[in-house]
Amino acid sequence: MKKLMKGNEALGEGAIKAGCAAYFGYPITPQNELTEYMSKRMLEEKRVFLQSESELAAINMVLGASAAGVKAMTSSSSPGISLKQEGLSYMAGCELPALIVNVQRGGPGLGNIAGSQADYFQATKGGGHGDYHLIVLAPSSVQEMFEMPAQAFALAEKYRNPVMILADGVVGQILEPMEEVKVDSTYHGDRSWVLDGCQGRAPRKIRSLLMEEGALEEHNIKLQKKYKVIKEQEQRCQKQNTEKADIILVAYGTSARVCYSAMLAARKKGLSVGLLRPLTLWPFPVKAIAELTGTAKAFLTVEMSAGQMVEDVKLAVNGRKPVHFYGRAGGGMPTEEEILKEIEKI
Amino acid sequence: MKPKESMPKIVIYEQKCKGCELCVITCPKKNLRLGQKINKKGYHYIEIVDLEKCNSCGLCYQVCPDVAIEIWKDK
Amino acid sequence: MKKVYCKPESMTDIEHKYCPGCGHGLVHRLVAEVIDELGVRERTIGIAPVGCAVFAYDYWNFDVTEAPHGRPPAVATGIKRVLPDRIVFTYQGDGDLAAIGMAETVHAANRGENITVIFINNAIYGMTTGQMAPTTLLGMKTTTTPFGRDKNLAGYPIKVCELLATLAGTAYLERCAVNNVKNIINTKKAIKKAFEMQKENKGYSLIEVLSQCPPNWGLSLKESLKFVQEDMTKQFPLGVIKDIYA
Repeated sequence: MKKLMKGNEALGEGAIKAGCAAYFGYPITPQNELTEYMSKRMLEEKRVFLQSESELAAINMVLGASAAGVKAMTSSSSPGISLKQEGLSYMAGCELPALIVNVQRGGPGLGNIAGSQADYFQATKGGGHGDYHLIVLAPSSVQEMFEMPAQAFALAEKYRNPVMILADGVVGQILEPMEEVKVDSTYHGDRSWVLDGCQGRAPRKIRSLLMEEGALEEHNIKLQKKYKVIKEQEQRCQKQNTEKADIILVAYGTSARVCYSAMLAARKKGLSVGLLRPLTLWPFPVKAIAELTGTAKAFLTVEMSAGQMVEDVKLAVNGRKPVHFYGRAGGGMPTEEEILKEIEKI
Repeated sequence: MKPKESMPKIVIYEQKCKGCELCVITCPKKNLRLGQKINKKGYHYIEIVDLEKCNSCGLCYQVCPDVAIEIWKDK
Repeated sequence: MKKVYCKPESMTDIEHKYCPGCGHGLVHRLVAEVIDELGVRERTIGIAPVGCAVFAYDYWNFDVTEAPHGRPPAVATGIKRVLPDRIVFTYQGDGDLAAIGMAETVHAANRGENITVIFINNAIYGMTTGQMAPTTLLGMKTTTTPFGRDKNLAGYPIKVCELLATLAGTAYLERCAVNNVKNIINTKKAIKKAFEMQKENKGYSLIEVLSQCPPNWGLSLKESLKFVQEDMTKQFPLGVIKDIYA
């Protein structure tokens, strides 16, 4: 049965259905509905909810809960996500699974509270200090806001890596019919590292500090091997009308929704246009894009940013076909007409 | 390392000792001193002056920051 | 013959990296003895700080995690909230607890988290080789206060226990020292009481330990012990600062 839900609340319910045992968060627009939703529902479910004193504290509470072996999450929006980068770097170094949600808003600085996609670099290239990656998922509907937390926890636990759901203010705020489909709530992967007291086993330690000769380099080699496996096995995207299309639109999240309408309008006009929507931003769906360079004549990347994901599209296309870009920065949103005009220019 | 029976004893783990002398200034019998020998960390480590005089009071253990001292006592 | 004093089970055999005479090793041992005596080693989770005690997880023989600089109270909150029947404590220096981590310290205390905080106050940043700490005494020379701490430039030394005592969430706050046998025994008593309170779900406790740092103070061991006794206790008086159950 379908029901009407707001994106932020659907994500909260999705996380609860996925078995999230602890939520820690700090208010910031446009993700407040998520924190508020969790403050009620987590207590109803007799799980842990805590409004922290800062985003720094929230991510470190997640670090602690994750170290203790439960599914833990936090959410925020762009300025708050910047504050979480310290904790994310530590969690990547310590290989701790967790879910971090960024309902992006306009930047830089305090920016504004409109939906934005300007945190792509921060999310997909590491964000904090050190050679590391988060796994990054990109929802573009309320339905996906509900379903992605379960996927995120599963990936986080399988690879012992923090996973970010990179949403935006629009997908967080929209009301849409959605269905509470059954999602996976089991804990994936081994738990031989969990800190829950050393009863009947040797004590464990969790650390990212590796001062012994060569130890940190060895740890980095291990991390890079893991990232390579993730890159090979977890690239996900949705393709619509891409087969034999001349122009491939590449867009995620809210931009992909507008691109979908633009694609339909263009096809009505007889233009051969398809849409590739990355579901994972890291690993980026390089294989799917590379495959299309055989049939497509050009690519058009559309973002609510000054041009960030377009760099990854160019790397995937690798010079074989032209890659165009259209974006609106500072909380601006590309319209169907604007995109259509860009398509016609090609 | 078990000391001889019925002898009040102190065991000094010389590799753990950093020769800080907290025990030396604490020993009520002035029965500990810094030795001439050097351990693998490069520190002179403490030694007992007169084993007979030690009454296993344990104050040296109490003040040792490196858990380098162990105290044995008659039952 | 019987062993009467020896390494507690809650300590490993790994040699401490601390400087000679440093109080950290002493407090590590006191914590370990208390955990042994309370029989909670197998359900204890410690949180190590950033600072000299960053390697504490090597020295304790129970589960320990690291935390980013200043964040141990938040990490402890996360652990304790999901595993309320475990014994959770943080071990933090003055920079970690009272400078970069002051917000986390105050709010964990104010929430009355049922955790134990062991706070080492040696009035200096040891690991980074002797810079000013939030607890550095006025007039005290450090590598970043070469002319002595000037209140007009750097403010005043923070009295953490007195500050936290104003919060309704704190249950037990005591300041101790490890500069002589009497004070060491007292420190252990306080640490034991704090852990016992956690075991009984009595709320937030913090034990501040004035500790000597001879190399970074540029003093001999004897001078350092005297500095704790005469100078530090003047600014940071020893004793129970708050005990809501007393």
